[in-house]
Amino acid sequence: MSLNKSGHLEMYRRMQRIRFFEEAAKTLPVEGHLSIGQEGAIVGACMALRDDDYITGTHRSHGHPIGKGATLAPLMAELLGKASGICRGRGGSMHLADFSVGVVGESAIVGGGIPLATGAGFSAQVRGTDQVSLCFFGDGASNQGTFSESMNLAAVWKLPVIFFCENNGYAISTSVEKSHGQPDIAKRADGYGIPSVIVDGQDALAVYKVTNEAVIRARSGDGPTLIEAKTYRFEEHCDNLNVPIPYRSQEEINDYVTTRDPIIIYQKALLAMGEVRQIDLEDIKSEVEVEVQAAVDFAQQSAYPDPADIYQNMYSSPIHYPAQPRN
Amino acid sequence: MLDTIKEAPITEGFISSPLSYMDAIVLAQKEEMLRDERVVLIGEDISIYGGTDLVKSFDENRVRNMPISENSFTGMAIGAAMTGLRPIVDLTIASFTYLASDQIINQASKLRYMTGGQVQVPIVFRTGMYYNIGNAAQHSDRPYPFFMSAPGLKIIVPSTPADMKGLLKSAVRDDDPVMIFEDCNLWAKKEEVSTDPNYLIPIGSADIKRAGSDVTIISIGACLPMVLAAAETLQEQGVSAEVVDPRTLVPLDKEVLIRSVAKTGRLVIVDNAHRTNSAASEISAVISEEAFESLRKPIQRVTTADVHIPFSPILEKVVYPTASDVIDAVNKIQ
Repeated sequence: MSLNKSGHLEMYRRMQRIRFFEEAAKTLPVEGHLSIGQEGAIVGACMALRDDDYITGTHRSHGHPIGKGATLAPLMAELLGKASGICRGRGGSMHLADFSVGVVGESAIVGGGIPLATGAGFSAQVRGTDQVSLCFFGDGASNQGTFSESMNLAAVWKLPVIFFCENNGYAISTSVEKSHGQPDIAKRADGYGIPSVIVDGQDALAVYKVTNEAVIRARSGDGPTLIEAKTYRFEEHCDNLNVPIPYRSQEEINDYVTTRDPIIIYQKALLAMGEVRQIDLEDIKSEVEVEVQAAVDFAQQSAYPDPADIYQNMYSSPIHYPAQPRN
Repeated sequence: MLDTIKEAPITEGFISSPLSYMDAIVLAQKEEMLRDERVVLIGEDISIYGGTDLVKSFDENRVRNMPISENSFTGMAIGAAMTGLRPIVDLTIASFTYLASDQIINQASKLRYMTGGQVQVPIVFRTGMYYNIGNAAQHSDRPYPFFMSAPGLKIIVPSTPADMKGLLKSAVRDDDPVMIFEDCNLWAKKEEVSTDPNYLIPIGSADIKRAGSDVTIISIGACLPMVLAAAETLQEQGVSAEVVDPRTLVPLDKEVLIRSVAKTGRLVIVDNAHRTNSAASEISAVISEEAFESLRKPIQRVTTADVHIPFSPILEKVVYPTASDVIDAVNKIQ
């Protein structure tokens, strides 16, 4: 299945939403892990999914729900710890999990979401639906035991799971070269009997194409796929992080920012295809700008949670809880 | 809501039948799996550790044997719990809960809270405590106190076949993550248990196993048969002991415990966990804070010493609390 014109425009819109959302987040008092530079990988993958498919994400959590189609205002409010936030101010920047669009967790334990995504695929298989589950994780997470264990679990039962590695080259300051015996993470799939593919994560169309193939495989009962999208984060690991010893060169960063920006690459590709006009893209950009500003306004105007509600949602059926009152 | 479920020892219209603790574990799961097709069982070597009947009764969609990947199959079940299933995870031997603890604590216990209540995690983690049978330290843990300090979990330690049946069934029907610590030393114990497939014991309710007036002995899990024997000996000595089983450690039924201590004025807590930060320690703190004026003497804890479980039977048998330890503790505060 290839994207039609409205699909292309929606993909463009979601990429711009992430970019503008993150640029706005930079101006707020938030210690955010920004997805700028990784929009092509995130949105290219999400566009291959149905609304009722599942995803899990990571501490770099802003892009995933936006890529899956979430409304921006509750996400922005969550960044500021407001009661109107998607997680009622209990999650914050690393956990923008919006269950209404199929996000079943944004885990700040690196690799922690991989089993959860596997479980969503297991659930779909047991319930007999044709839903699939896509798991976003980074190059760092591929060195966790949960990566290997979950790949094996999914392979044994042909679970409808897509393992999607956003390989941005660095786990904070540790490069893939210095932490992986074999730097092509996709090659690990062979050890579990899983097909895999390496794709240019800056090329949203290429990502969409390979993810679509993986989704078709998963939906038809042929099991999991490992996709390694080689991408790059343009910003530091997180805002305000003090990096005493540089771990990547300024030339490398400049090169990606000026020649490998996924939004510019996609924009050029769309115009070259002749299907959309420059004005269509500019309109979308303006609309997204307004949408993000409205989200910021909503977030700033929203109330903080009431400390009296701190125990809310600890349990579904609380019995004698809390065990003792706070002093 | 479990708050509304009343305990029904023998429900009208149903008879009771003799059931072992192990039978109760299997029957509770089978009844719940027959009642609700969303209930699935996953774990390692399920048929070997008592689950033969379950493996025979259900297909692979309902009972699935796992590779040895405790953390990830536990996480897989948590993901399934958030997307429409109600899994039971059999973590076989309690020492293995440490391997699964990342997913149990960082995901299952926290996700409802940290997503602002967007999701429920209806899942049961079963695990067996296989101590006192010469398995050495890596197979002999009683780790419920570790998990008591992770809010978001409910912790159950049943001590009788009836309690096992009623509490395990309530755990499966609960919408929160529940850990149930089974005790292999009780497997063969039998008693009359209701055949009612809706026989439920509410989570968070303690039970007075023996009424008395001179001292309260709070007995946790498999300490119960030994504590009841100690209570009989004490009776012969003219000391009337009330034996209370909390059954649920989180949430704790403080009212029943405090009421008993208010009646007797003396408290001994018996716990097979290691002494430091044991369940006995927590209960002792609760009673000290909330019922200090009822106490006529200091609270006594009778626990396993802070030593690893040694293999040699002659060494192992001295580390756990005994009836004479309990009697000594009671006599110390008479």
